[in-house]
This record gives sequence, C-alpha cells and structure tokens, in this order.
Amino acid sequence: MKILIRNGRVIDPGNANDRGRDEIADIAIASGRIVSIGAATAFDADRVIDATGLVVAPGLVDLAARLREPGQEHEGMLESELAAAAAGGVTSLVCPPDTDPVLDEPGLVEMLKFRARKLSRCRVFPLGALTRGLQGQALTEMAELTEAGCIGFAQADVPVTDSLVLLRALQYAATFGYTVWLRPLDAWLGKGIAASGAVATRLGLAGVPVVAETVAMHTLFELVRVTKARVHLCRLSSAAGVALLRAAKAEGLPVTADVSINNLHLTDVDIGYFNPDMRLLPPLRQGADRDALRAALADGTLDALVSDHNPVAEDMKNLPFGEAEPGATGLELLLSLALRWGQDSGLPLTTTLARVTHGPVRVLGDALGSLASSAGRLVEGGVADVCVFDPAVDWVVTPQQLASQGKHTPFSFASTGMAMPGRVRATLVAGTLAYELPAAPGGNT
Amino acid sequence: MLSRRNPQLNVHGELIHLLSIEGLPKAVLTQILDTAGTFLSVNDRDVKKVPLLRGKSVFNLFFENSTRTRTTFEIAAKRLSADVINLDIAKSSTAKGESLLDTIANLSAMHADMFIVRHAESGAPYLIAQHVAPHVHVVNAGDGRHAHPTQGLLDMYTIRHFKQDFSQLTVAIVGDIVHSRVARSDIHALTTLGVPEIRAVGPKTLVPGDLSAMGVRVCHSMEEGIKGADVIIMLRLQNERMSGAMLPSAGEFYKSYGLTPQKLALAKPDAIVMHPGPINRGVEIASDVADGTHSVILPQVTFGIAVRMAVMSTIAGNQA
Repeated sequence: MKILIRNGRVIDPGNANDRGRDEIADIAIASGRIVSIGAATAFDADRVIDATGLVVAPGLVDLAARLREPGQEHEGMLESELAAAAAGGVTSLVCPPDTDPVLDEPGLVEMLKFRARKLSRCRVFPLGALTRGLQGQALTEMAELTEAGCIGFAQADVPVTDSLVLLRALQYAATFGYTVWLRPLDAWLGKGIAASGAVATRLGLAGVPVVAETVAMHTLFELVRVTKARVHLCRLSSAAGVALLRAAKAEGLPVTADVSINNLHLTDVDIGYFNPDMRLLPPLRQGADRDALRAALADGTLDALVSDHNPVAEDMKNLPFGEAEPGATGLELLLSLALRWGQDSGLPLTTTLARVTHGPVRVLGDALGSLASSAGRLVEGGVADVCVFDPAVDWVVTPQQLASQGKHTPFSFASTGMAMPGRVRATLVAGTLAYELPAAPGGNT
Repeated sequence: MLSRRNPQLNVHGELIHLLSIEGLPKAVLTQILDTAGTFLSVNDRDVKKVPLLRGKSVFNLFFENSTRTRTTFEIAAKRLSADVINLDIAKSSTAKGESLLDTIANLSAMHADMFIVRHAESGAPYLIAQHVAPHVHVVNAGDGRHAHPTQGLLDMYTIRHFKQDFSQLTVAIVGDIVHSRVARSDIHALTTLGVPEIRAVGPKTLVPGDLSAMGVRVCHSMEEGIKGADVIIMLRLQNERMSGAMLPSAGEFYKSYGLTPQKLALAKPDAIVMHPGPINRGVEIASDVADGTHSVILPQVTFGIAVRMAVMSTIAGNQA
C-alpha cells in the first residue's frame, strides 16, 4: 500500500550529525519505507492523508510498557494494550519481563513476539529476565533469549539484593555486549510505599527515602566501572539521583536513563486523600525532585521519557493506598504529556519529540538491528513508523474512553483537572495504518 | 476538582464523617468538645441513655484487634440508644478473601447507618467513606499510622478540662511518634486549637527530623523535651518495636525516655500526664507516675465515652 501524507509539519529530531527537520512537506510511503520527504509530485498513492495543520512525527518509542501477557490477562491483553499503543502514536515499545511466568525462557519470548507481530499494531521488544524467575540468584540464558528477540535484560521492580550475583550478571552481559536495565532501588531502604517527606509523614505512610535510589546507583556505578557493562537506569525519581547520573555520564560511564510521565508531572502532594491512582513505582517525590527530572530530560542527561504503562484491574486498585497495586495506564498519554512538558519548558518541538523517539532509540542501540539507523526518525529510505497528531487540540482524560484495559490514571480530568495538549490522528507502523482517529460528528475534540 | 475537597465535610462545611483531625476548622473541634461536656452528665445518671441515635444501626468494623477502643465506641453508641453490631473482621470475611469494599457493600445492604472502622492500612476509612451511600457515616477508629481522631479529641477534652486555655501551653508528646496515629491526631488538634509549643520527644529512629514539617519541635533529649511542659503525653511502645532496628531494648528506652518522677520534676509543677493506654509500666512510664497525682490517664477513659457520643451524634445529624 502506498500512502501519501500531504502538507504536514514534518518533524525529524535528527541526531548528533544532523540537526533534523521542521518544515512543511509531503511524505511518500511505499513498501513500509519512506520513499521521499518534500513535495511529492508524481506519487500514485492508494491513500492520501491530508496533514494540513498537523504534525507528522516519527512513531513514538516507549521504553517501558507492560502488556500483562502472559499470565495477567485480567489486567491487560496484547489486543487491548497494543491498541492503546497505536492510539497513543506509539509504534515501538519495550516490555519488562515481570509477567507470569517471568520472561526467562526463549519459548515465552518467541510466543510473545509472534502474538504481537500477528496483531501488527506496534513493534514489541521484550526485555528478558536478568535472573531466573527474577529471583536474583541464577543467571538466565542471555544468548538464547537474545536470539529469541530480547533486546536487553532486566529485573523489573525486583532488585537484586546479592551484590555478587549483580556483579556476575553485569560481567556476563558485558561479555556479549547486552544492555542491563535496572531500576536503582535498594531492596531494604525501598520497602516503603510513598516517598519520604512531609506528605508521607502526615499521612502515616511508610517512606521510601531518596537514599533508596542513590545507594543503589552508587553500587551500580562502581560495578559498571569494573565490568564496563552497559546499563540503562529505569525510572529515576530524585534530584540526587539525577545529579549522580550527570556525574556518571560526565565521567564517561556507559549509562543511559529514563523517567516516567508520572514522576515528570506529579509530586507526592497529588496523593491527596490517599488516592490509589497515585500509588506508583517509583513513588512520587517532592517538587524539587520533579523540577530536577524535568531539567535533566530537557538537557539530555535523561535520555528518554517513558509511559511506564501498567494496566491495573479495578479490584487491585480500589483498595487502601498501601494495599493498592502500584501502576497506571499511560500509553495513550505519553505524547500529550511529552508535549505538555515541552511547552512548560519552552523547548522546540524537535527536542520535545526527540525524548520519545530518537532518544529511546539511541538507548536501544544495536539491539534494534536494522531498525537502529532509522527508527525514531523520519528519513528518506528509512522505516515508515509515523505518528500524525494535531498540536492545536486539547483533550481531557476520561478513563472509560481509553483503549487500554487499565482505566486507572493519575491524569484523569476528575483527579487533576489537567488538559492534555495534542491529539493523535493517525499512526503508521511499517507503512501500514495501525490507528486512525474516528471522525467525530461536530468536531474532534 | 471535586476529589480534593475534604471528604469529611459536606458543602456547608459540616462534619459528615470523622476521618482525621487534619483540615477540620477550629469551630468544628470546639463544638464537639462542647457537646461532649453535655454528655458527661448522662454518664453519671442512673439511666445512662439519650435517644439521639434510636433506631440507627452502628457497625463496629475492626479489621485490627482492639478491645478498649471498640468497647468505648460500643458503650457510647448504646448510650445514644443505637443498635450496635460488633464485627470481628480480622477473623471473618477478609480471611475468606473478601475485599474491603465488598464487605462494606454487604453490610450496607443490611442498612447500616454508621461504620466505626479500625484498619491496619493508613487511609482505609477514606476509601470506605468514598464508597458508602450518602446517608451512611464513617468514623475512623484508627487507621495504620495515620489517624485516631476520637483519641485526639478526647485528649483535647482532657487538656481543656484540666488546663482550660490552649493558647499558653507547652505540650510534649513522648515515644514512638513515627508509628503513632495518636500522635498525628494530637498534633493536628493541638495545632488547630492554637497550642504555641508542641514537642515531639524520642530517639531519631522513632522521631525523625521531618516531623518538624507538622509544626512540632523535635527533641531527642527527654530533659529538653519535658522541661517546663504543661502537658506530657506518653505513647505506648508497641511490643514489636522494643527490640530490633528501631530500639535495642525496652530497658534502654526506659532509661532514656521513660517518664520517671525525677524527669517529671522538670515539667511545670501542675503538669498533667496523659497516655492513650494500655500502658506499659516500666517501659514508657513508671508506676509511681502512672498512679501519681499528675496522672489523668483514667479521666481520659471516662471523657473518651462522652467525646465519642459527641462525635457520633454530631455526624449523624449532618447530611452529605
């Protein structure tokens, strides 16, 4: 199928050698690739998308989205969650291995990849478990898992408590050049349920101090120095953590890092009267932490913004705060919350979008294979993963209208009163329409 | 932003649930204390009953074990002529896997008018209050570390009874503040009623520095903490905290922070000593002090019934 996206504002975030692109142009797509960007004169398209007044961006790349398969289908399924991805303009996503069973066997990974490919809504890149059953004791068959399609190895939210196992895991991964994805969290210091601070003290919620993050980062950086392993730090939450990351990057350590939409926009004050939608991992911290995360994402110290999508069933969320399952739906909010942060920070659209497109692709690096050269970008000859959105439309989050099976989000209009800038109009994965906003009678807001 | 409104107040600012002292206006607290005063005389009558809650069903829902608090709520409800149903949930439905909200829905179908809730998780009564029908009222009888508002109110009643005026007082709260719902409710109530100096006294493991965000002066020395105090509130040290990473031993705690006659001598000569009970003699308080002339521990219990009657009759009279 040949598709022509006509007259849109084409944004390519570029890379180190290339300043990217921000101009009105047509994009011609055939056989899953971008044939040309510019004025398409003689292109015999099967379908023309009029993008006048719209932004044409690379499809979003989300480094953290739980699909809940296998084993947790009551919370989410591939059909619903990949539909949510497509509706959110996300064309590639990375899913952590904390499914049931855990992604520690090649067969499970192959099945997941196969099921996702059949739906052709979004590219799915699984992280394999770093240790068997995520138990922090025995290493998984990393080479086999890589062959099955894993793009790195992770522990999800389960820290490795045995530092010898952690050292061995990093050594082994470094042998083959695999990236290890870890959320910096000291298992003992991190036992609480809300960030330490005035709010947790007042509400009587057990605190997670900042040192739960920084102690783990110090340990990890020491191990990276000796193993030279490439490490991606997941979901930073504190200003002190950001400062450590900045120093580690300045030193030249092979580390990258991301932050979630939740920690980028919310603080512990948003917990309000024990709102279980605000029960999140990592916990929401104070305003100074949020400001530091926002600044670090703007200056590139943080490489990527992630949705940290985690659909949670109603009966697991409607519980007292401490018993509620952590997590929130996010795939459909990633673009809008990136745009909102970019507007608040006064950033050019190319920089804003880079953190949800080319930035995450750089984190994935060679693990993406042939996709690495053009995913997260819009270049001639490159893969046609595209997100077309209307930057002028604000919308509000009504949970029941989300495509995701997870209806819990801290950003629902009812709890934050927040307006979401930017509405996805069409999503293309490998040159095929994965989503198109249905035309609404009487307007599209 | 509807959900940000204090869920214990209706649109007229009247109390419909009692979930926490925090955020309640001074006038609401004062009114409850005044009402409690009128109920005290009921407790001295031969027929200790008033008909304010006649025909109403009050469910005592204790997800955490308690004898004392549950009994005082039961007595208070019965003196208001309510029908009282005690449910020992810790041993029934939750053990069968029923969720908190399912339990509430089932009991609501039995036409409950009021739930008295104790739960191990901070905030659980908020969840319940958000899911009950508009005519149903919820009283928090202690949730996790968060709040124990009726204890806070009875402590205020006791202080007002013995000291009359809050505006010149120095109040010291001693012991395991970080895990104490009583301390939090006391601090909010004392702050709201205008007490100028509130001290939180204990070791750094039990009285962390960020407590100062609640408007208290953090003192790690007992001498500094009780010097010149008008009111000393001793907290119960839970058994599980007496040895481990929080404290090395009950004996060492007593040596540093136990209230002995010698330490009490540092307070004002007319200081009162309070304790939410049950007391650990020789752990947080010496028997000489607990039974001594400064102690008002037993009057607290008596006032507790009147205060709980005042809370229940107040909220039952207001509509969401």
